[in-house]
Amino acid sequence: MNRIDKLFQSKKERVLSIYFTAGFPKLEDTLTIMQAIESAGADIIEVGVPYSDPIADGPTIQDSNQIALDNGMSLKKLFEQLQEMRQSVSLPVVLMGYLNPIIQYGMEAFCKKCQEVGVDGLILPDLPMQQYLDEFKEVFDKYDLCNTFLISPQTSEKRILEIDTHSNGFIYMVSAHSITGARTGISEEQIAYFQRVESMNLKNPRLIGFGISDSETFTTASKYGNGAIIGSAFIKKIKDSQDLKSDIETYIQSVIH
Amino acid sequence: MIKIDEKGFYGKFGGAYIPEMLHPNIEELRENYEQIMATPEFQKEFRSLLKDFVGRPTPLYFASRLSEKYGAKIYLKREDLCHTGAHKVNNTVGQIIMAKKLGKKRIIAETGAGQHGVATATVCALMGMDCTIYMGAVDIQRQRPNVERMKILGAKVVPATSGSQTLKDATNEAMRQWINNPVDTHYIIGSVVGPHPYPEMVARFQSVISEEIKWQLKEKEGTEYPDLVIACVGGGSNAAGAFYHYYNVPQVRLVAVEAAGLGVTSGKSAATTVLGTSGILHGSKTLLMQTEDGQVVEPHSISAGLDYPGIGPVHAHLFDIGRAEFVAVEDEDAMKAGIELSRTEGIIPAIETAHAIHALNLIEYSKDDVIVINLSGRGDKDLDTYIKWGGY
Repeated sequence: MNRIDKLFQSKKERVLSIYFTAGFPKLEDTLTIMQAIESAGADIIEVGVPYSDPIADGPTIQDSNQIALDNGMSLKKLFEQLQEMRQSVSLPVVLMGYLNPIIQYGMEAFCKKCQEVGVDGLILPDLPMQQYLDEFKEVFDKYDLCNTFLISPQTSEKRILEIDTHSNGFIYMVSAHSITGARTGISEEQIAYFQRVESMNLKNPRLIGFGISDSETFTTASKYGNGAIIGSAFIKKIKDSQDLKSDIETYIQSVIH
Repeated sequence: MIKIDEKGFYGKFGGAYIPEMLHPNIEELRENYEQIMATPEFQKEFRSLLKDFVGRPTPLYFASRLSEKYGAKIYLKREDLCHTGAHKVNNTVGQIIMAKKLGKKRIIAETGAGQHGVATATVCALMGMDCTIYMGAVDIQRQRPNVERMKILGAKVVPATSGSQTLKDATNEAMRQWINNPVDTHYIIGSVVGPHPYPEMVARFQSVISEEIKWQLKEKEGTEYPDLVIACVGGGSNAAGAFYHYYNVPQVRLVAVEAAGLGVTSGKSAATTVLGTSGILHGSKTLLMQTEDGQVVEPHSISAGLDYPGIGPVHAHLFDIGRAEFVAVEDEDAMKAGIELSRTEGIIPAIETAHAIHALNLIEYSKDDVIVINLSGRGDKDLDTYIKWGGY
């Protein structure tokens, strides 16, 4: 069974997923960061594949993407780094990336490689659902990769149900009308949206992302979903870190407890 | 047949590759734009503004001295005489009416040379709508007068400071801001790029150019069909407008002129069909300049309006099936062509447009051929660049 499905079978509350950009802050930090996220007690590792034009991301993640690219990160390089990943990392691993670099790599080759190194799921924010169904679903299934779609406060109930039907692993609930890193805190309006989706009884677990940065926001998000995703806030923590392992552990511990 | 299919593709190119957060906006537009455009009410308002506000029809001018020099019958479609100085306003007039019909309160737009930004700020002032323009920080420096024009018109100009700080980055930033304000905001894309239905919608608003060329040429030459239509291509909106009613008339040769920058092999170029491969940029599948790893390459052109690493999906399709001829013109040749047109016809063209003029040296034609060059914009905004270049 896919590690993501296995995780949600045993843990349905306060699931914490941590996003970081591969190749940031240093090219070779990838495995160190993944190991630290695991030992700190998070539940899912989301590895960002850097892209020159990340249109759903705010300044923090844009910068980390650019620095990672300047450091020489590429999909090819990332797969080299992840080759030995499963010797030291047992958490579910999700790759998050924009479509163009993946298409240039070749979707089938990409999915095959993901399975080979032990990646469990994909989040491709600019892959439209219809395109996924028409062109890529078969290949995702063939290599046992969960596919996570995003929903936002504007997504209609009809569309949420469609997305739920065609997602597996979990659904990524964007907490507000927003790119990443643009919000802090959670408003009443957002809570109304979380509750609306909660009452739909979707088959997939829901992780809430965008605007989650600390213990308080994590706890609030976890009340209305199965857990949350932290991205920009984590990137800020590791940006100038002199001791990745210790800084990551301190930060994640502070969020969980 | 050049025709968009129901999924928004021209052949292999097009579609809507957008984050889910934008899905409701794009869907709202896709479901409504054709129907809204087809209503007599919309057409009446659109046509009336094109006539009285933009100043259409623009003349189709027989350029006698240029014709003599090149040995062909050369007509210039005078989009430079449009209000605000370029063809861009045809599209912004259409989209602002569309935005109103969709009940939107705010407008955002990207701009490269500033022409689209000015055209957007202009129609926002006309309609009393709040307007924010995203513009690359580098472009803000090289197109200062247009920045000030936008501000005079009441728009807010926000610099895009990521990447190459030009048109591509301004477009990224506008898309991000649309994600942040999806409900009350309409994004007026300025070229035939972006997710479906933008490329087709913008082309339809610009198609007034070839609609007029047809009847104007009929009056002057007794035929609606020239032998060649030449237009410059950045994203490709003026070319799409000039080609639109000729797409499916094979006897009319279509010539698309890209910016070669310092030379197509120099590493400083924007000649997408020469250097580009298929990929996804700004929400559509098209030809774009990219590395082997799929990272978008920073383009270069002396003209901000052509300084874009992709082309609209319809142009990628025209290239793919060989319907249009693509040529690339270097910075230096474009500047010289700008001076040449100034001195033979008394028209200082935009540097974008000057690329199309130089194409006369790169393609074959015979002396009886009727050639229409789309004179997409005037050169006022480029005076600084002309002065810095100094070769006159």
